[in-house]
Amino acid sequence: MTHPTPVLELRDVRKTYRLPHGQRLRAVDGISLRVMPGEMLGLVGESGCGKSTLGRCMLRLDDVSSGQVLFEGRDITTLSERKLRPLRPGMQMVFQNSTAALNPRRSIGDLLAEPLRVHPGPDGRRRAAATITARLHELMALVGLPASALARYPHAFSGGQRQRINIARALALSPRLVVADEPVSALDVSVQAQIVNLFAELRERLGLTYVFVAHDLAVVRQISTRVAVMYLGAIVECGGTDDVLHAPAHPYTAALIAAVPRPMVGAPPAMLLRGDVPSPVNRPAGCRFHTRCPQAQARCSAEEPQLRAIRPNHEVACHYPPGEENPPA
Amino acid sequence: MPADPVPLLDVRDLCVSVPANGSMIRLVENVSFCVNEAEIVGLVGESGSGKSVTAMALMGLIDSPGVQVSGSARFRGQELVGMAPRALRNLRGGDIAMIFQDPMTAFTPVYTIGWQIDEQIRAHERLSRRAARARTVQLLAEMGVPDPARTAQRYPHQLSGGLRQRAMIAMALSCNPTLLIADEPTTALDVTVQAQILDLLRGLRHSHGSSVLLITHDMGVVAQTCSRTLVLYSGRMAESGPTATLFARPAHPYTAALLDSIPPLYGTRPHRLPAIAGVPPTPQERPAGCAFGPRCAYVHATCLPAPPPLASIGAGQQAACVLPTEGKPLPPRATAQAMQP
Amino acid sequence: MIAPLLRRLGQTLLVLFGVSVLVFAVFFATPGADPTARIAGRNASPQIMEKVRLEYGFDRALPVQYATMMKKLFITRDLASYADRGELVVPQILQAAPVTACLVCGAAFIWVGASIIMGTLAAAMKDTWVDRTLMMAGLVGISIPVFWLGQVANLVTQSRYHDTWLFSWVPGLGYVPFSEDPGGWFRALVIPWVVLAVMFIGIYSRVLRADLVALAGEDFMRTARAKGLSPTRVMLRHGLRTALVTFVSLFGLDFAQLVGGGALLTEVVFGLPGVGRLTYRALTNLDLPVIMATVMYSAIFVVVANAVVDMVYLLLDPRVRDAR
Repeated sequence: MTHPTPVLELRDVRKTYRLPHGQRLRAVDGISLRVMPGEMLGLVGESGCGKSTLGRCMLRLDDVSSGQVLFEGRDITTLSERKLRPLRPGMQMVFQNSTAALNPRRSIGDLLAEPLRVHPGPDGRRRAAATITARLHELMALVGLPASALARYPHAFSGGQRQRINIARALALSPRLVVADEPVSALDVSVQAQIVNLFAELRERLGLTYVFVAHDLAVVRQISTRVAVMYLGAIVECGGTDDVLHAPAHPYTAALIAAVPRPMVGAPPAMLLRGDVPSPVNRPAGCRFHTRCPQAQARCSAEEPQLRAIRPNHEVACHYPPGEENPPA
Repeated sequence: MPADPVPLLDVRDLCVSVPANGSMIRLVENVSFCVNEAEIVGLVGESGSGKSVTAMALMGLIDSPGVQVSGSARFRGQELVGMAPRALRNLRGGDIAMIFQDPMTAFTPVYTIGWQIDEQIRAHERLSRRAARARTVQLLAEMGVPDPARTAQRYPHQLSGGLRQRAMIAMALSCNPTLLIADEPTTALDVTVQAQILDLLRGLRHSHGSSVLLITHDMGVVAQTCSRTLVLYSGRMAESGPTATLFARPAHPYTAALLDSIPPLYGTRPHRLPAIAGVPPTPQERPAGCAFGPRCAYVHATCLPAPPPLASIGAGQQAACVLPTEGKPLPPRATAQAMQP
Repeated sequence: MIAPLLRRLGQTLLVLFGVSVLVFAVFFATPGADPTARIAGRNASPQIMEKVRLEYGFDRALPVQYATMMKKLFITRDLASYADRGELVVPQILQAAPVTACLVCGAAFIWVGASIIMGTLAAAMKDTWVDRTLMMAGLVGISIPVFWLGQVANLVTQSRYHDTWLFSWVPGLGYVPFSEDPGGWFRALVIPWVVLAVMFIGIYSRVLRADLVALAGEDFMRTARAKGLSPTRVMLRHGLRTALVTFVSLFGLDFAQLVGGGALLTEVVFGLPGVGRLTYRALTNLDLPVIMATVMYSAIFVVVANAVVDMVYLLLDPRVRDAR
């Protein structure tokens, strides 16, 4: 059996920030991950779990403190910005705040043409003006905006339309990998559904590989084929979307799912977790979740569980996942 | 359903207008609803629907120049619209209290949490500092704040989002309000913390006898918390009714479409989400007819000349739509989500 | 709380050292100019030149020259002005400093009080005629040059209307020490105080109003109103208290530069023998030791005031306290 090269591979990636008084904030704490071609990976977790930092590390928008980042099999961990530049068209990012990501003083056409002007075309030469114009019209059609939008300025658009423009910009150079950081969380529900659908359409038409960073489980479920749940800088559970969301193996995943208020009357009340997420500056020893875990036992506060497969394509970092009668010694 | 006693809050035809470019723009148009004793009522809508403006207008907290509030809002029989500022101030924080969205920015950064709660108590009651602090600590403890006496001495930025929101609720409850207006109280919080705060809000009816007017954009929050719900769209009422009825048999196409466009967490995943095309109109561009008309799948000639009046559908449900009166009500929602645990 | 204060103190000393090196370099280590001639003053005799060269060690290495200068300034305090017939510089400054301090403190008292009242009042009555009038008055205050205002004040109180009942109490130009005659001290200073304060009242009231208006849109101001507090309390305890953080940092720097000699024009116009007037005279005489000493004195004040402002910041803003 031959394995295709992952589009993105992380090997024990860590990102540590130094704080005053010699403290360290371990935002990303040893994450290994593979994203295969055509996959849509959802990265979920609560605020401060390090999911956005990890998203930026994937594209080397942030430097990692240790570990390796491989893009299409090539180690990009320590590449200089200059050597990274020819690879940039292949990996793009969509940000949460659609307004802040667009320069208000430049027209949409101008904003979208910029990457096309800066990066050479597939033949290695600068793109001709006519090629660029044709590409801009193509992009507008792709994200469902009229071509007339090109002449207008960002303020003339609603939040949902601006997010379409941001997506168009990310797609301008035909990337293989798109990392989207909370792309729909600032949008109203009715508009959010439009953008979620757009992402699904684009994957079918362009064969893209996505990483979605999001806190909304329902959105992640709709969009992704695989889900990785993060807690305090580490992945606690990872697997196929339906496996993880229908049969969560980590108590944190289960609590996260149960806590989502469901839009139906008479649903059972949420299982409540105690307290808040601990600070990533002094994270608990042992299992990082044991301070809030309803099933925590003595072993959990002493020994840190490693991510292990409990089924094909389903890994969990828990000493006592449900359904496992005899926990490994 | 028991016969309605005199409602705690009775809002009728509330309109809020602000001047812009020489004319008055109606941010909120003819909104009517009531909140009974010990009841949680949800006010839902997307951004710009006028849900927050409605609450702020009730409390007399809109201070943009030239704002006009008309209609009627009776709180225990007292008219709030046009009430003298001093009398309204005595109600604010006393009988009617508010909770805001972002507990980080909603506390003054330079005072401790305890100081700010004491301040509210002492603004409404003649109480010594010591007695006020004792009540503050007790309230924080009731809200599930660990080590309440020390937490009271901490500054807002030193607390987590969940604790700040608990402190905010403690402050709102400090003078035993009969009505609590909560404006997106959980939007800035993580889901696990949101679940804790919603649980707390649900319990207030029994522990403190408070009614809650819950303003939110999240249909899930409404379903889990509110007994009755009011749906706003572009500053107008789209639909109101008991939450269970509203979710099972929405009478307004907007309510139905909004519910459909939420990605399900259980059951089959739709290939595409049934999204609503387009965006809500801004108050300036609101059409003469039904505001939802341009995005509605059922729009027809009757909808266009004037906004459809609020029609009673039965069992306390009302919708501003012509379909029920034309004898073509919407089908009940396919409750695929209800199948799952 | 102690550790950040100590750290700040260390930083202050370091900055002072840097400033003194810089000032020394500008005056004495500039290539192509003979510092001896500068200190000795114009038309100095060869004997005096030789004496100065020996005294200041100008024939030795630069670090030694620097050390000599610092010793003369801070330890032996025998830095002498040759242009002014050998008068010792440091005692001169020590004598002038209280005059400047009295002038600036009085003015600061007036401008802080007046600008807080004006700024808060204007913000509370935003967009009314009160607001517009106060802010227009502030603008006028900023635009009037202090020496012109001083001259006009002198003209009115000293000559034109001096003999009327209105201004007959005004003493002649000059300074009366507080220890000799408190009443006379007050009478001599009250007009300079007001004149010096006018511009700052203008700036501070406008800045404060802008801050308060911006704060009025903040969530916590809305919370304060929702708590049922009176508008006055919301404005003072929540708005003004928060706005004070920026106000204090602005004040610290202005106050320091005035004490350090920035009130020069006011002192000259009213004949007050303060540090500013000392600098002014030294400049006109090209009296290098005095200039050097006043610049050092002024630098010390600005740096120390900066440190004080930072510490007050720690007291005023709990967020800053935790960030250290």
